[in-house]
Amino acid sequence: MRKNLNVIAAYSIMMGLIILVGIFQSWNIALSIFNLCLISAVMTMGANIQWGYAGLINFGIMGFTALGGLAAVLISVDPVQEAWSVGGSNILLSLFLIISMVLAVRYILKNYKKSKNRTYIIAAIIILGIIIIRFISEPGIEAIEDVEPAKTGFLGGLGLPIIFSWVVGAFFAGGLAFVIGKVALGLRADYLAIATLLISEIVIAIIKHEDWLTRGVKNVIGLKRPAPYEVNLQQTDWFINFVEKFNLSKLNLITDLTERQAALNQLVIEGSSVFVKLCYSGLFLIVVIILLILTQKALYSPWGRMMRAIRDNEEAANAMGKNVVKQHLLIFVLGSAIVGIAGAMLVTQDGLFTPGSYRPLRYTFLIWVMVIIGGSGNNFGAILGGFVVWFLWIEAAPIGLYLVNLTTAGLDDTHFLKVHLIESVPYFRFLMMGVGLLVIMRYRPKGILPEKIEIK
Amino acid sequence: MDFVNAIILLLNYIFVPALAYGSQLALGAIFVTLIYGILRFANFATGDMMSFGTMFVILFTWYFQSVGIGLGVFPTALLAIPFAVIFMVGYMLIIDKFVFKYYRIKKSPPVQLAMVSIGVMFVTQALVRIIIGPSDRRFFDGEKFLIKAGEFKEMTGLNEGLAIKSTQVITIIITLILVSTLFWFLNKTKTGKSMRAYSDNEDLALLSGIDPKKIVMITWIIAGILATIGGALYGLDKSFKPFTYFNNMLPIFAAAIVGGIGNPFGAFLGGYVIAFSEILLTYAYRKFFMYVLPESMEPDGLVQLLSTDYKFAVSFSILVIVLLYRPSGIFKGKVL
Repeated sequence: MRKNLNVIAAYSIMMGLIILVGIFQSWNIALSIFNLCLISAVMTMGANIQWGYAGLINFGIMGFTALGGLAAVLISVDPVQEAWSVGGSNILLSLFLIISMVLAVRYILKNYKKSKNRTYIIAAIIILGIIIIRFISEPGIEAIEDVEPAKTGFLGGLGLPIIFSWVVGAFFAGGLAFVIGKVALGLRADYLAIATLLISEIVIAIIKHEDWLTRGVKNVIGLKRPAPYEVNLQQTDWFINFVEKFNLSKLNLITDLTERQAALNQLVIEGSSVFVKLCYSGLFLIVVIILLILTQKALYSPWGRMMRAIRDNEEAANAMGKNVVKQHLLIFVLGSAIVGIAGAMLVTQDGLFTPGSYRPLRYTFLIWVMVIIGGSGNNFGAILGGFVVWFLWIEAAPIGLYLVNLTTAGLDDTHFLKVHLIESVPYFRFLMMGVGLLVIMRYRPKGILPEKIEIK
Repeated sequence: MDFVNAIILLLNYIFVPALAYGSQLALGAIFVTLIYGILRFANFATGDMMSFGTMFVILFTWYFQSVGIGLGVFPTALLAIPFAVIFMVGYMLIIDKFVFKYYRIKKSPPVQLAMVSIGVMFVTQALVRIIIGPSDRRFFDGEKFLIKAGEFKEMTGLNEGLAIKSTQVITIIITLILVSTLFWFLNKTKTGKSMRAYSDNEDLALLSGIDPKKIVMITWIIAGILATIGGALYGLDKSFKPFTYFNNMLPIFAAAIVGGIGNPFGAFLGGYVIAFSEILLTYAYRKFFMYVLPESMEPDGLVQLLSTDYKFAVSFSILVIVLLYRPSGIFKGKVL
């Protein structure tokens, strides 16, 4: 118990802060912060597995998040029958051609020795393949995008409950990670960082501009929800009764019947959105706890010991007969898959998929700040990092405003400096993140909750 | 005649813009490569440092404009650059003293320094946005075109016009002057040679009495000059927006690695490789073929290899290919 005192203290302070937001601002805000903290925690766990367990830098978190989001769309949206009938066959044929092209290249690579001719043949296959695929897919894509462009204009999805997408998102992200890992894991650490950063940009470019698949920048809105809708809740009897009972003491103070009804209605509206957010919190909490148990188990298993050995001394681990390349690939895929789950969760919570909103600053670098500040190599640290950093990221604007008012108290309200500073309050969050990262890296390089390995 | 038209078309839409864009990338790529070669880390704050320098250029430009000092046909920003460089170098040296120095002395692994540079990125970005705001700004004044499309048509009697913006010419000339001075400095002067020696083999260089503090300081000074001028030229040619500058970091990294990271000449050429391939692959060649081919063979579509949406993706794909087949870049990297 005593060993974990700092963990418990850190988490209690964090929960206390969120509860304070609930009391002073509103429970709605507090819960939305809490939900995004949970999603961030899943992302940081993914990054922490790669960086903390194995020392791999993955700056492509944004790409995996977006793929998870794409999975949510492809799973939950109802299929657009018309689009399938006009262009589905062309798309399927193109898909088949792409697969056969990859297989052909693989076959040649495996069965022929390296020579100039082989390279030329492979290049010829790829170029010819791309030209043929473009000719086949183009009419299909155009036909699909012409199907009610304002409403659909894409193939749609499978029409399944959106929860399934959390698993599918993991598979999507893991699949991409497998390809990237095969290609790029041999690179030096900082090259890997740059390569993954750029590959994630390519993924975003594709998601943004292939309208037939994702609707691109036109966004997909109104995704199905795993939680009830506020509007429906406000009309169900049991919920109204529940809210009434919950707030009985407050309501009894109001004697006038119509006023009491109005107050109750207000409470029901507020309560419904809090209730929906609580449903999400429950779902996310289950995911976080399952992942936490799995990652903790993995960390203390023989496999976890091997990963740390590889991280701390690759050559020695290699000499002991551990397959470093294979293990790196495995952990890269696993970590990315977890990030994919988070991406699907994020889209589930928002109920919409906006490819334009994926920016490396928010989805890659901020996650890294979380991992570093929280404590790499320690799962509890990584989760805490997600909570602390997301909390600060949201609350930076109020804190910044308070600080600005405090420091410029002597100035007139219309003084140009004060006006300018108040206008730029939203950017104080970048400053806080940067300074926080620099201070932690300098004075507590292992993070708030450092990695602790007990040898039993 | 059609053939000449076709060539003018390519010059106008591909060659001149790519040359200007490539020069801007090249300056950034040399900046990345210098930091990588001498301080030995990938600087993720590159784009934001460039926007920080450009911010000073804009502030000085505004000041000069308000006082009424100008350069006539040339943009006032050219006058502002030297002053901005002084501030920028100061900022670089302060950052080095308070942030990077500690890790350099501790001999931290490059990965940790790269992580620290992300912290610097956040701070710099915040400063830029707090001081000048995130909006799109144009600070170009003076004569806009060197040759206007209409005038060119009249002069030559061709169908196609060739428009050359003065910013494009300024960009190319300044880049050439700056880069040739830099190469002269690195190859001919004693300090430059000691910088190369330090980059090549740190221990041997220290053994032969090279002062590491001086090397590091000069590197940051050169980096400050390159970042400010590169950023200012990009801003003059297009416009200044902190977010675009942050994004420009990606093609700049691509240019530096394609050319062979740590090799300034490679970075210089890498900038053009990236710029030309981005524009060549995303240009719609329909009009070109209309001029060159006989009428019966005119193409129906746009004859575009990739849509312009994939502009960035092109440079990154080139980078990935280079990383796979020649990780040290086109020109052998890791030596300054």
